[in-house]
Amino acid sequence: MPVNAKSMVKVFERPKSLTDVQFTYCPGCHHGLVTRIIAHTIDELGLQERTVVVAPVGCSVSMYEWFHFDGIQASHGRACAVATGIKRVNPHLIVFTYQGDGDLAAIGTAESIHAANRGENITVVFINNQIYGMTGGQMAPTTLIGQWATSCPTGRDPALAGYPIRFAEIVAQLDAPVYVTRQSLYDQKRIMATKRAIKKAFQYQVEDKGYSLVEILANCPTNWRMSPVETNRRLADEVVKSYPLGDLVDRV
Amino acid sequence: MPKGKIVIDKERCKGCGLCLAFCAQDVLAYSTEYNQSGYNIIWVKEPERCIGCAFCAQACPDIAIEVYREKKPKQGK
Repeated sequence: MPVNAKSMVKVFERPKSLTDVQFTYCPGCHHGLVTRIIAHTIDELGLQERTVVVAPVGCSVSMYEWFHFDGIQASHGRACAVATGIKRVNPHLIVFTYQGDGDLAAIGTAESIHAANRGENITVVFINNQIYGMTGGQMAPTTLIGQWATSCPTGRDPALAGYPIRFAEIVAQLDAPVYVTRQSLYDQKRIMATKRAIKKAFQYQVEDKGYSLVEILANCPTNWRMSPVETNRRLADEVVKSYPLGDLVDRV
Repeated sequence: MPKGKIVIDKERCKGCGLCLAFCAQDVLAYSTEYNQSGYNIIWVKEPERCIGCAFCAQACPDIAIEVYREKKPKQGK
């Protein structure tokens, strides 16, 4: 479609930090949004040449194929440990991990909490969609009470499976992290707030301030068995009641 | 109101409908077309209503939308 270049200016385009490879996420998945927001942030801060992504196990496992900078794929849950190693050997690099709730809050709890407790100068992006997406919608530690999942077909029962983990709160009570926040993506205002939070987290890492965690409440249209628009409504109406939004710690 | 224009990459669109929900001007709609991946794609139904706010593009998980906006006329002359 031709666009009149004289009178029109481009106000939104594909970030330079992304390759042309199409995302393998399901239609309407918020993972794509977060990936795009991170790429735009890296573009804006001019960090493309010295950024390293540590990809998790999960739906975003082949993340290094989408970003136009270096990446490594860690063992399940060990992204924070791998990021620690990269950052300590090459302190000039900007290192961030991108992890889901199965990776960060279940199998990788130890690595994630101790990286935060040591105050490693890394950025952790935590996608909390309250379900195990890639393996077929099983219950995650973050699944809400009463929520349906394939491994709890009558809804999550706290007597049997415990309560949802609020990981951002756990990290926020430690002394070392400089920035811990929880954001979501269900409307335009929240998307802009998430963008600002991710930018701030990267900015702090550039300034050598220390560990930052950005938890993002996301959707999973496939495993919640909902349309993407309905998942946004559920995030706004139900999920934020269990996971309140906002900055928990900002020690800078 | 500024005039805008959006361009949708048909092969990237997965037809999730998030852009429809975010558009305040009702510019977009489901088309009768399907792309090579088999998704029912979105088309620009009423291009003259577009104001170039880029809400649709910011909500698109697959970065299928590019947004252009008319240059503002110079002020103070």
